[in-house]
Amino acid sequence: MAATPQGFLTTTLQKAVNWARTRSMWPATFGLACCAIEMMATGAAHNDLARFGMEVFRASPRQADLMIVAGRVSQKMAPVLRQVYDQMPDPKWVISMGACASTGGMFNNYALVQGVDQVVPVDIYVPGCPPGPQSLMHGILTLHEKIRSGEIVR
Amino acid sequence: MSNPPDIVTGDAEAPAFGAPQAPPLAPVDEARRRTHELWLSGTESPGDMGRFTSEGAQEMLAEEAPAILAEQMGRLVGDDYTAGFAPSSGDTQIINMGPQHPATHGVLRLHLELDGETIRRAKPIIGYLHTGMEKTAEALTYVQGATNVTRMDYMSPFFNELCYSLAVERLAGIQVPPRAQAIRVLMTELNRVASHLLWIATQGLDVGALSMMLYGWRERELFLAFFEKTTGLRMNHDYIRPGGVAADLPDGWEDDIAGILAKVPAGIADYAALLDDNPIFKERTVGVGVITADECRAFGVTGPILRAAGVAWDLRRAFPYSGIEQYRFDIPVGSGGDVYDRYRVRMEEMRQSLRLVEQVAAAMPSGDYRSDDLKVTPPPRARLDQSMEALIHHFKLFTEGFRVPPGEVYQAVESPRGELGMYLVSRGGAKPWRLHVRGPSFASVHSADPVLGDVDR
Amino acid sequence: MTGAAFDAGTPAGAVLAALAERFAAAQFADSRGDPVVRVAPADLVPLATAARETGLTTFIDLCAVDYLSRPEGRFEVVVHLLSMEARLRLRILVAVPGDDPRVPSLTGVFPGANFYEREAYDLFGIRFDGHPDLTRLLLPDDWEGHPLRKDHPVGSVPVQFRALEEEP
Repeated sequence: MAATPQGFLTTTLQKAVNWARTRSMWPATFGLACCAIEMMATGAAHNDLARFGMEVFRASPRQADLMIVAGRVSQKMAPVLRQVYDQMPDPKWVISMGACASTGGMFNNYALVQGVDQVVPVDIYVPGCPPGPQSLMHGILTLHEKIRSGEIVR
Repeated sequence: MSNPPDIVTGDAEAPAFGAPQAPPLAPVDEARRRTHELWLSGTESPGDMGRFTSEGAQEMLAEEAPAILAEQMGRLVGDDYTAGFAPSSGDTQIINMGPQHPATHGVLRLHLELDGETIRRAKPIIGYLHTGMEKTAEALTYVQGATNVTRMDYMSPFFNELCYSLAVERLAGIQVPPRAQAIRVLMTELNRVASHLLWIATQGLDVGALSMMLYGWRERELFLAFFEKTTGLRMNHDYIRPGGVAADLPDGWEDDIAGILAKVPAGIADYAALLDDNPIFKERTVGVGVITADECRAFGVTGPILRAAGVAWDLRRAFPYSGIEQYRFDIPVGSGGDVYDRYRVRMEEMRQSLRLVEQVAAAMPSGDYRSDDLKVTPPPRARLDQSMEALIHHFKLFTEGFRVPPGEVYQAVESPRGELGMYLVSRGGAKPWRLHVRGPSFASVHSADPVLGDVDR
Repeated sequence: MTGAAFDAGTPAGAVLAALAERFAAAQFADSRGDPVVRVAPADLVPLATAARETGLTTFIDLCAVDYLSRPEGRFEVVVHLLSMEARLRLRILVAVPGDDPRVPSLTGVFPGANFYEREAYDLFGIRFDGHPDLTRLLLPDDWEGHPLRKDHPVGSVPVQFRALEEEP
């Protein structure tokens, strides 16, 4: 996106593209531990992700835009995480959900990667142990805002 | 498709002596997996990496990426994901399932040898969620220990806390007042229903009854709202601690429980009506995944799987804890040991747990919600403003913790998944010398090798 | 479980009495109400087989403990068995020396010991002779070290507060 000449048509197009990208951003299933339960609760009827077009958690990363890393990533799982991220086509975003994904959480030990940003680039960190559905949705909507405003460029 | 057996409830006796033993399994000769470095494709160029956020959060810089990733990727599996797991005959094929897979529910990896749609052999590979909790437990005091343990089985956190607290109390000789015991039974039985609702939601999702996913979560929200009101959190509560519980039940809890008891049984009846006699559900679950009682014993599989196999074994009846013996409940027992029986057993367990909740709520004793042993219990927070001794007492308890006399103990509770046990060794300090958690699902995953031998879609 | 476990009149007591009779060299004791028996490594498999035959048919758990310095031996392998009919839990303790820790494998007696022994090998480095596939279970295959040993650090990472760092 760096070298395109900016004009009225391209800016409008860019805004339209950004708007479209936020409107049905499909998450990839990467639920690992407790945060996965709250992620499922966010997708369930009470806190409905379908109103954002996101209730379809794609099993295949090839069809997904967003990877919500929900849970603690162990040393054995880190290469798998990276591989799934690599398999996602551009544009793609990553939300690190929960304390364990963001920083290793309360498990500051040999077994866990201390923050998935050691392995994949992260756009949004959602704190909590586990973050409730409202927190996760706030994180998702913040990501949408960042994409629409052009702060995150893909 | 065989006739589904009935569920027997009531005070069925555990089987008598002289049951036949399971023969030991033939050892499986597996070579170790090859590992080699994976060629990294698709690493972004610097411009596309995303900007630094204003909060100064750590971002992975493009230059640092190859070094870190090379270290991580050195441990990646080879391109041949199932190396070392060779097919036994020419007709079968080997498939790697997981660890990222919608149906494994968590990070389980399976090497499957398939003959058409029948699984001939399955080798589970675990460790993708190893968190080092036992090592962390040695670094936390007994006061802090429940925060660590509660995250182990995240679908039923109260049970982890209860098992840990009971183990510590047994080792330290702490008496828990009756109200605390009743609150513990109340919360754990509510958790059992919430956990089983999650199970039926995900089971329905796997089998194809997609609407069950939404129904299960709908009822679960009632429980989680009550948990949040009582403990402050929807999950991973750190509420049941050695000495009692962290706080008393909130005002109006009777109305909340009455609301749950009014709504949830009707929901369970709906799900039973939806699935019990559903031909598609039955075709996918009857006769599938049979595990016999002897195999259960040989592998240490307990809980609903053992009860569906015909053994009326429930730790709440055999080794009662926390005053649960004063309440009446039935133990559902199946006879076929297949998935359908396990489904019926868990549905009935939900009804029995609600029955327990009703009794506990009706007979809740008054009194303290935690032990009055000052070595274990912090002073009431209001006193911290008034008394220096109370402040010091509070400080010492939350920094150093309390000491437990040397010894060892094994304590087990009946979690929704089976026997959850903790082996606690103390050498007289304020932190455990060794905490080993005997998780019920460890045995179930392990026994998947003989179990999946005749899965037939 | 209380001291009544050793009363030979109860089913639990009968099982324990039968075992004690067959294994005179083993030390039976009581630990906070639980029956405990300490055996030498060579007697582990015969004792487990006898326990299974006398009614302790359910294999519950196998774990290890690192006591660092202890006259009997640095490590301890702890086996928990259960008899549902007799309502009896038995804990078997085996002391294992620190250098070259080896114990016979229980997989021939209880197939369920397979994963538990692999976990003990993975986290403590105790070898189980006769185990069909003694490889790491929880940690990556090429991990070095045995984390639950007491001389292995927790492995914590110091927390970085980048906001306080000076700009270079």
